[in-house]
Amino acid sequence: MGSKVLKIDGLNVYYDQSHILKDINLSFAENTVTAIMGPSGCGKTTLIRTINRMHEFTHGARTEGSIKLYGKDLHQIDPILVRRKVGMVFQKPNPFPTMSIYDNVIAGYKLNGFKLSKIEKNSIVEGSLVKAALWDEVKDNLYKKGAFLSGGQQQRLCIARALAMNPEILLFDEPTSALDPIATDRIEQLINELKAGLTIVLVTHNIAQAARVSDYTAFLYLGELIEFGTTKKMFTTPKNKKTEEYLNGKFG
Amino acid sequence: MINKLAMNSFSGDQSFKFILLSSAAFILMLVAGIVITLYYYSSLSLSTFGLEFITGSTWDPVSGEYGILPFLIGTLLTSIIALVISFPLSLIITIFIGEYFTTGMPNTLMRGAVELLAGIPSIIYGFWGLFVLVPIVREFQILFDIAPYGVGIFTSAIVLAIMIIPYSASIGYEVIGLVPKELKEAAYSLGATRYEVIKNVTLSYSGSGITAGVLLSFGRALGETMAVTMVIGNSNLLPGSIFGPGNTMASLIANEFTEAANELYLSALFETGLILFIVTAVINILGKIIIKKFVSGTK
Ligand SMILES: Nc1ncnc2c1ncn2[C@@H]1O[C@H](COP(=O)(O)OP(=O)(O)OP(=O)(O)O)[C@@H](O)[C@H]1O
Ligand SMILES: [Mg+2]
Repeated sequence: MGSKVLKIDGLNVYYDQSHILKDINLSFAENTVTAIMGPSGCGKTTLIRTINRMHEFTHGARTEGSIKLYGKDLHQIDPILVRRKVGMVFQKPNPFPTMSIYDNVIAGYKLNGFKLSKIEKNSIVEGSLVKAALWDEVKDNLYKKGAFLSGGQQQRLCIARALAMNPEILLFDEPTSALDPIATDRIEQLINELKAGLTIVLVTHNIAQAARVSDYTAFLYLGELIEFGTTKKMFTTPKNKKTEEYLNGKFG
Repeated sequence: MINKLAMNSFSGDQSFKFILLSSAAFILMLVAGIVITLYYYSSLSLSTFGLEFITGSTWDPVSGEYGILPFLIGTLLTSIIALVISFPLSLIITIFIGEYFTTGMPNTLMRGAVELLAGIPSIIYGFWGLFVLVPIVREFQILFDIAPYGVGIFTSAIVLAIMIIPYSASIGYEVIGLVPKELKEAAYSLGATRYEVIKNVTLSYSGSGITAGVLLSFGRALGETMAVTMVIGNSNLLPGSIFGPGNTMASLIANEFTEAANELYLSALFETGLILFIVTAVINILGKIIIKKFVSGTK
């Protein structure tokens, strides 16, 4: 598969005194889905939040090591720009309740005070909603508030909102853990379709989900990267005993 | 044994409920009593003057003329100017406490200062206004070639503005604290700056709650008596300028109730009180309704 979009080298993350992530080395290949798995509290969310520098909003968070986006040190890029290039979808769908569906999709531009013509706006809104597989369901209600949508639709609206910024990487933090099986299935299909256009990192607790949608899997345990490789290989012949136990549901 | 226990807790529960209900009924009766008293003593004035009581601009008890327009205007002017002055200040405090320093020393200090401000007796504000603010205002009036009263509507508004900051600020930061973290995170993840998040997410989401806080502080300003009486100049004429003396309904009552020699005079003061009561009650109820809507909206 393609070249490396993001490369993490010797990453250590601390919250005040506690050492959360320990010497992580990991890279994400273009147009692939990488699943990040591991038991609760092992540092999955922390890891992806350092990728779009959201960890900077947490008091006492500190990082060491290097993260490179297309070869450029992440910390030498304006964090605002980083977050536009690296989008994020959260565990709980979080559309802006006071905004219409239309405004939610272009919220990134609106927040930045970025002026767009009506034509540009329309095309971004339609394009993003189509990509997020939501267009057909909401095209007649674009000016209604996002709150009347179902949980799954809200999550796809959040995906559309992230896609509208044209990110290189999209981070998903357990995007389906609050959704029913049918809505989950739609999001999984969507992730599959989206990877043609960008690189996806998917944090998930759901082993079957990782098997279904990811090309690579990283297994974290107590802040360490235990194993990283193609999903196929890791799920059939895990190298590490801990990985094997986790995949067999012995803990987690 | 089990039955007896059950019986005991049952009767305990019953008597607790009785105490609750009767205290609630007592408080309701108290409020009703106040309203009825106000109305009862106002009735003479109400029937004598009708609407002219509100539209009349002459208050001259000696010749039996009672029009409260100067005080109505004085009350509204002082309160509105106070609101205009205090709003940006309390918004800054709200954002400081609710968004920038949500923990730690600066938070504790600022919160403490706001609470302290709320706890200062109004007579102290009046004293401060009279001995510190009035001379300063007078200096400025001399500088700008305005009649150097020192006291007056504007001076009262400044004192009021400081007094009501705690009301809007404390509601403001409670309300800001209710803005879901997920929404702010969503905005940050789209590349918004802190300022953009505060402006477009936090304030837009909590706008109605903040408005409610402002309304409640307005209600407080309308009724404030002591501090205003000391610095407003107590002129019973229609105010000629906001930099000159005026009077408010509350301070009129405070100044004149001891002099109300005849029944009509007293009744007129009571009607003034009734009007003040109605205005503040409406403002307060409105504020409470908005807050209630806001809080249930965040759930
Ligand atoms: N703001 C914070 N301050 C201090 N410690 C934190 C903070 N956030 C998370 N932690 C700690 O960091 C560790 C990793 O947390 P993280 O949220 O990354 O785990 P996770 O793998 O995403 O877990 P989950 O599967 O439950 O979402 C945990 O031990 C957690 O207690
Ligand atoms: Mg997590």
